[in-house]
Amino acid sequence: MTGSVVQILESWNYLVVIALMMGGLFIVISQNNLVKKLVGLAIFQTSVFIFYISVGKMAGGTAPILMDGADRLYSNPLPHVLILTAIVVGVATTALGLALILRIHAAFGSIEDDEVLAMKAEAAEPRARRGDDVTGGGA
Amino acid sequence: MSLAQIIANLPALVVAIPLLLSPVAAMTPVAGLAWLLAVLGSGAAFLCALLLQGAVTSGESFSYFLGNWPPPWGIEFVVDAPSAFTVLVMSGLAFVATLFARTALLAEIAEADAGKAYAAWLLACGGLSGLVMTGDAFNLFVFLEISALSSVILIALGAGRDRRALIAGYNYLVIGAVGATFYVIGVGFIYAVTGSLNMADLAVRIPEVPQTTVVMVGFGFMMAGILVKAAIFPVHVWLPAAYAFAPSAVSSLLAAIATKAALYVMARIVFDIFAGMPEMIGFALEFVLVPLALGGIFIGTILAIYENDIKKLLAFSSVAQIGYIALAFGVSTTAGIAAGFIHIGNHALIKGGLFLAVGAYAVLLGRRINLTQMAGLGRRMPITTTAFLICGLSLIGLPLTAGFISKLYLVRALLEAEMMIVVGLVLASSALSVAYLWKIVEVLWKPAAVIAPVREAPALYLPLWILALGNLWFGVAPAPLVDAAMRAAMQFTGGM
Repeated sequence: MTGSVVQILESWNYLVVIALMMGGLFIVISQNNLVKKLVGLAIFQTSVFIFYISVGKMAGGTAPILMDGADRLYSNPLPHVLILTAIVVGVATTALGLALILRIHAAFGSIEDDEVLAMKAEAAEPRARRGDDVTGGGA
Repeated sequence: MSLAQIIANLPALVVAIPLLLSPVAAMTPVAGLAWLLAVLGSGAAFLCALLLQGAVTSGESFSYFLGNWPPPWGIEFVVDAPSAFTVLVMSGLAFVATLFARTALLAEIAEADAGKAYAAWLLACGGLSGLVMTGDAFNLFVFLEISALSSVILIALGAGRDRRALIAGYNYLVIGAVGATFYVIGVGFIYAVTGSLNMADLAVRIPEVPQTTVVMVGFGFMMAGILVKAAIFPVHVWLPAAYAFAPSAVSSLLAAIATKAALYVMARIVFDIFAGMPEMIGFALEFVLVPLALGGIFIGTILAIYENDIKKLLAFSSVAQIGYIALAFGVSTTAGIAAGFIHIGNHALIKGGLFLAVGAYAVLLGRRINLTQMAGLGRRMPITTTAFLICGLSLIGLPLTAGFISKLYLVRALLEAEMMIVVGLVLASSALSVAYLWKIVEVLWKPAAVIAPVREAPALYLPLWILALGNLWFGVAPAPLVDAAMRAAMQFTGGM
């Protein structure tokens, strides 16, 4: 019993991963502010980065550089490379999300709440419809 | 360069050509020129896919090692029956949608944005093809995000006509990113216990892994991510708004190819990577995928019946049709998987065509349309409306249309697997789908205040008719499609 508790505490980095992952996902789901949602998303993605790097780490392992003579224990470099790619993807996602938020703010004057935004959009529709040409035009 | 050499490089070209043309299109200031680049890119990809399918049909299957690094170390592009079939369907539909985009896209976005729009368009095409070609589980995530981010841009472009497109794009971005991240978590678990990312290598290693719990968790995360991307009920919520508010040309592109790629990836994960764990797969399909698919079929169909906005209606119908494909995969026999692939092809033809027709209406009427505004369009635009009708009949599965072939093979597979209740549900849902189609048809031929015919533009109805005739062609002579789908299914099941 105590053995398993010690084992869990020794892999505390995974506990951090779980806490960040759940926290990030909760923020994405629960927050109404669009920017905060993106922050949550970034935390969520970062937890995955830590997860990958934890998986690649060998206890007592060094950087994977070949050296003469010594039969060393190396850490796995591949997860780092994968995560470098994932970080780039994460940056692109965040950038695009922020750009969209700017446009949403310009169009709606608010970035607070999905439903408020939706209501504003619904309210905007009949106004637009009145101005439309109901008969339609040629090509 | 000999033909064999060219064919050996095709798997990379089908992805690389659109991706490389994309930045060129972004820098092109003239809208027509950017469109020409998009046609060039998607046309070349279509040609590559045709040649690949030809090679696969003659029994070959080959792979391309990026940077000449052999698997399992390097990234591998795999061309076999399932991937060649899916790429052919997707690139063909993307090509037709690109032809249509010339008039349709410019009608809905600012001309100055056209170059960048076509850049995103090409990125989406290349990214989705890459999703299908890649044989590397992590590389798949990168293509997943390339296609998702470019789709978000395309969806948000609809803001010129309706600002809600921005919210639809934002929601798709967030939901899609969460889905993709779930997928990466799953890959991380699998990598931790197998030490490999190559799909073929994973398929060999996974049955030997002693920590089956980790494999199950990894599988669960990967599937959860892909279900989001494939818009399977109940994680389809991003899809209706995204399709409804995107520019019409974009709607038809995404409806025809985006979810298809994700469905293919799902089949690849279930029947290839994790094929060595039949008990887990059997449980996941029977108790998760099939019920969700049935839920999607009914919810999608019922929401479509009550929807008044025509593009949203078609999007809800897409949710139902994706349900049919997922259901077919859920049967997991050779006949079932083949039915899934047949419907991947046919639904791309059907929904691509329907969205093109709605796009043609929207261009001529110059705005978003709901059903009441479509009154009498059948008399004003007979050429477009006839094609719409053909695709619509194909959607509900009338004999002599492609949709009938899909339903036939699906029901046959279900009967073979002795899933009688499901057969009943499928037939009932087909009957329900007549309701929403009839609703549209009734409106289209309703006498209206304005009945002056509109001069229809060939640039809009020719691509539409290509798809409508495709629906008839594959309804009357389905053999090539069915054969290709069968080969794809046999590849997964080993001909069981």
